[in-house]
Amino acid sequence: MNIYRSHVLICGGTGCASSRSDKIEEKFNEVLLDKELDKEIQVIRTGCFGLCEAGPIVIVYPEGAFYSHIKIEDVPEIVEEHLLKGRIVKSKLFKESFDNEKIKSVNEVDFYKKQKRLALKNCGVINPEDITEYIAMDGYLALGKALTEMTPQDVIEVIKDSGLRGRGGGGFSSGLKWQFTANAEGDEKYILCNADEGDPGAFMDRSILEGDPHAVIEAMALAGYAIGAKQGYVYVRAEYPIAVDRLQIAIDQARSKGLLGKNIFGTDFEFDMEIRLGAGAFVCGEETALIASIEGERGMPRPKPPFPANKGLWGKPTLINNVETYANVPLIILKGAEWFRSIGTEKSPGTKVFALGGKINNTGLVEIPMGTSLKEVIYDIGGGIPEGKAFKAVQTGGPSGGCLTSDFIDTPIDFDSLTALGSMMGSGGMIVMDEDNCMVDIARFFLDFTVEESCGKCPPCRIGTKRMLEILEKITEGNGEPEDLDRLERLAENIKTSALCGLGQTAPNPVLSTLKYFRDEYEAHVHEKRCPAGACKSLLAYTIDEEKCKGCTLCAKACPVDAIEGERKENHIIHQDKCIKCGACLDKCPFGAVLLA
Amino acid sequence: MKSLEELKKIREEAIKNVDLRQEREGTRIVVGMATCGISAGARPVLMAMVEEANKRNLTDVKINQTGCIGMCSLEPIVEIYRPGEEKVTYVNMTPEKARKVIAEHIVNGKIVDEYTVGSVQK
Amino acid sequence: MNMITITIDNQQISVPENSTVLEAARNQGIDIPTLCYLKDINEVGACRMCLVDVEGARTLQTACVLPVTEGMNVKTNTKKVREARKATLELILSNHDRECLTCARNKNCELQTISDDLGVREISFPGESIVRPVDTSSPSIVRDPNKCILCGRCVSVCSEVQNVGVLSFTNRGYETTVAPAFERGMDDIPCINCGQCISVCPVAALREKEEIDYVWEAIDDPKKHVVVQTAPAVRAALGEDFGLEMGTSVTGKMVASLRRLGFDKIFDTDFGADLTIMEEGYELLDRLQNGGTLPMITSCSPGWVKFCELYYPEFLDNLSSCKSPAQMTGAIIKTYYAKKNGINPEDIYVVSVMPCSAKKFEADREELSHNGLQDIDAVLTTRELSKMIKEARIDFLKLQDEEFDEILGESTGAGVIFGATGGVMEAALRTVSEVVLEKELESIDFEGVRGIEGIKEATIELGDQTLNIAVVHSTGQASKVLDMIKNGEKEYHFIEVMGCSGGCVAGGGQPYITAQDRWTKDIRQERAKALYGEDKNKKIRKSHENPMIKKVYDEFLVKPNSHKSHELLHTHYIKREKYTL
Repeated sequence: MNIYRSHVLICGGTGCASSRSDKIEEKFNEVLLDKELDKEIQVIRTGCFGLCEAGPIVIVYPEGAFYSHIKIEDVPEIVEEHLLKGRIVKSKLFKESFDNEKIKSVNEVDFYKKQKRLALKNCGVINPEDITEYIAMDGYLALGKALTEMTPQDVIEVIKDSGLRGRGGGGFSSGLKWQFTANAEGDEKYILCNADEGDPGAFMDRSILEGDPHAVIEAMALAGYAIGAKQGYVYVRAEYPIAVDRLQIAIDQARSKGLLGKNIFGTDFEFDMEIRLGAGAFVCGEETALIASIEGERGMPRPKPPFPANKGLWGKPTLINNVETYANVPLIILKGAEWFRSIGTEKSPGTKVFALGGKINNTGLVEIPMGTSLKEVIYDIGGGIPEGKAFKAVQTGGPSGGCLTSDFIDTPIDFDSLTALGSMMGSGGMIVMDEDNCMVDIARFFLDFTVEESCGKCPPCRIGTKRMLEILEKITEGNGEPEDLDRLERLAENIKTSALCGLGQTAPNPVLSTLKYFRDEYEAHVHEKRCPAGACKSLLAYTIDEEKCKGCTLCAKACPVDAIEGERKENHIIHQDKCIKCGACLDKCPFGAVLLA
Repeated sequence: MKSLEELKKIREEAIKNVDLRQEREGTRIVVGMATCGISAGARPVLMAMVEEANKRNLTDVKINQTGCIGMCSLEPIVEIYRPGEEKVTYVNMTPEKARKVIAEHIVNGKIVDEYTVGSVQK
Repeated sequence: MNMITITIDNQQISVPENSTVLEAARNQGIDIPTLCYLKDINEVGACRMCLVDVEGARTLQTACVLPVTEGMNVKTNTKKVREARKATLELILSNHDRECLTCARNKNCELQTISDDLGVREISFPGESIVRPVDTSSPSIVRDPNKCILCGRCVSVCSEVQNVGVLSFTNRGYETTVAPAFERGMDDIPCINCGQCISVCPVAALREKEEIDYVWEAIDDPKKHVVVQTAPAVRAALGEDFGLEMGTSVTGKMVASLRRLGFDKIFDTDFGADLTIMEEGYELLDRLQNGGTLPMITSCSPGWVKFCELYYPEFLDNLSSCKSPAQMTGAIIKTYYAKKNGINPEDIYVVSVMPCSAKKFEADREELSHNGLQDIDAVLTTRELSKMIKEARIDFLKLQDEEFDEILGESTGAGVIFGATGGVMEAALRTVSEVVLEKELESIDFEGVRGIEGIKEATIELGDQTLNIAVVHSTGQASKVLDMIKNGEKEYHFIEVMGCSGGCVAGGGQPYITAQDRWTKDIRQERAKALYGEDKNKKIRKSHENPMIKKVYDEFLVKPNSHKSHELLHTHYIKREKYTL
């Protein structure tokens, strides 16, 4: 094995890859070869570092120098200065890494310092395409330990004792799920991994598969041992090509090392797995729809019970967990239930990965211990709201979740606290909103997503969400009637109790939670035809400030519908009945006389 | 994979490779790598230290490079920081001397006096 | 069977452990409304009409698929349940073409019934409706997506029962429709026209292509000699449309009503069935004796024939070359009957009343013609006939029984049972046995081929030969048998295949039976009883003993499988491409 004095880690997550981090990698290799440093310095493409806002990211070890927004042109300087001469290129460091003339290593930066990385522990640290790097990080030790020292029931007990709950949305006890599937009678059983991450903005599962695919493979093998299954499937959306490639490479490597296949660790246990590609329908993240899709059917949910634990894939007992849940499993087996329980809260032990987005400075993936407050996540890790705007709400749980106001910003985040407030953990989407966001419009946005993604099987979801969307559109367009709010509520409640699957049952949440916490905004839209946030275009009016108008006629000429009247050198006025709110007058006016309110 | 031992063996080997990226407390070795250091032969010194540390499975040692340390005539320079000890500066280093420093100073805790800046400047 | 105890609406009851809540409740006399549910065929929990409140459950549960568990406490009639059902129904109605008065299913619509039952008086959630074109391209089946409520019954019956699978859910969310692949026309897909989708449709989203107007036009045309023939299964079900108990045979009233409608002659497809037995029986003997392709498979069912042409073309040589009884009757009407009565065949308009929508497709097949005239000019389903009777204001129940017209109205018990699965086989065995053995059978009831088991097998001693025979119904079962033959698992000499489960009595053109009625009755068995009853009461029960059949051979056809027979009564088949680009 070659020994290197420095490692250059280049983020190969989807975000950085789309900013052509592969070209940066090529350039590093080229320049290092040119300087004859290629034997001393190793370039490694890793999974996602999490702070996508700063991408493309390059980290140089042993210093832990955190370079952000790296371009191909920056590469020669980093090689020449840092790798050759030992002088960290301060101008290219992530802004927080260089503070008061002091260089902080990547782990000292606030964004990372406050995190607790379990599921993401290897992401951005190891080369996901090299199984030995995973093994170096204690990989497959848990599997070895379980197979040689533990009974299947021992494994289940540890998972039960750990209090691990499903990270895909429901928050159901993983240990119980394992136990039910282990108890179910069946000649064959299956292990499924739900990697059909569908919440808009959430990408933790993708990052784990891209950055640490072996963790999922190891966990599935552990699950197979625990419940008595020989075959696993990872259902991953085809829109995740990098994740699919890396997972396939990882499966192949695990097979060639005998970590998948027959007689694993010299025992009788055999386990193998395959990837199944999904077409990216949101509903296929629902476990029964996912199963239908793997079976080759249209991805539509089936009523539960029977639950997959009893009747799943091809009617056989099936254990299905999501990627992030699995990523915690090897650690729990290795370090024990007690260790896991020492992190997080009593009812929600461990950590949760969130995808931070919206009006926040550090967008990206963060993993925090359960019980961390929303405030810490938004301000300490997320770096607060850009441009000094005021925080208004945070939306958690994606289209199935709800919005929380600043009243709840000190809430410790866990499964139950969010549900109690009318939102939910979901798969970990966290979208921050500031004063410029209209909550009615936000609800409309999420419902628009659900309407698009409804599978169409049951009427409450297929037609009900569409009707809700129609009402919200009516309101944001200024045509809302007083009875629309009652109608929305009645529809929402009925969809919640009547829809077939979790997608439908939770679809009204964004509407219900905004109705609960921001009812005044709805009422302003309906009764006053006014959007307090100034976001709903139809409710805005363009007017001309008499003081500022010079009567230049430019606005009138620009107006496509002749809504502006006025003689040269005289005040102009906009006829609201004709105005189509295109904004052409505002753009044209040289005196700032056109107002929007 | 036939046994847990086999896995552990692979792990031992593999750890050396990723060790560089671990956060660690312990000894920090810094090699001056400015133009002066490089021209005086700092690169082979650095590599020799990295290799020797690896060979000896020194997991609590971090080997960094740095810029000009300020005594260009004495390059290559290696500085050793150990918790609770004063900084030790070795000068006019060669790969052989570097290996010896690892063996004597880092492993056995005995400062190699003859290479230190103090003895050279005397 | 293990019994468990559950509570429904405060009544503690003991139920078999593998029942659903719906079964448990209905057996207890507590009805729960359903819409998408169709016993054994579509159990998917989609429509949410059967929601019930189960103690401890987070949301309301679908009774139709929810297995009972010990100690379960179910409430079927709470405010929450009623409101949920009603709100969902209002949503369904908000996206349904509610032009009930002019709808083909007016007063015969499961959606209409449930809306009335649940007391819907307004649509609280009006909204956009997508208007889609009605597909009338198929000769048999009209698909009207504006009526469709996406219950999925047609999808299930087409793929699960028939193994055809040309209908499926396409698009997502509010755009979801049930349609053929790529929303092709119904005539541009490998549909076998069997009409099972129509039978199970609770609304008018799938319905037959009506030919009533053409028939009225012909009747009203003084130049046309309009002849009607009725298939055996029609008489076993027509009465249902007039309120009679399922399984009531209404042959006499049916004939009387046809006469009132103004048909010039009323013949019986049973005659054609007897003729088929003669032709097919002798064809079988010929194949057995002269090394012809075996097994021979019946060809009476046009849905089955098209299925074979599309999906199992390698078996086309196994199909009997005989036309179906209706087509044989049509051919005889336009030749023998026309000549005998001095009528120009071009002036004859043959209407057949069939329990079947595939017959509409069959009648259009080019090869089923003679001298440029199609054997049959119009096909009415049983349902269409009842509509004509109603339109003509005939008081069906008060009609006195009347007889079919002479010659082609004479039939035997063997012809009658063609309408039930196993009937063709039994009729053939009655004739073939006697022809081969040259003596009268002691018992002519071949019980082994009767009944609704999916695949029935028997061995028949025929002189020194033992015949392996099989009877299958539904094309789904047919494919199982054909696959077994292909794999060498089975060897048969003779197979009867009917395209629809239960045979013609449960064909795609028969009166609608609601899912609720299908819950309590097996229509296949009930209607078959009418036919076997009629068979039993017939004086002549073997095709070869039908005096009019003998007469037609003597005067016209000479003998079974003669040159003339082949010209008029036999046909050929074509391999069909499933999807043409």
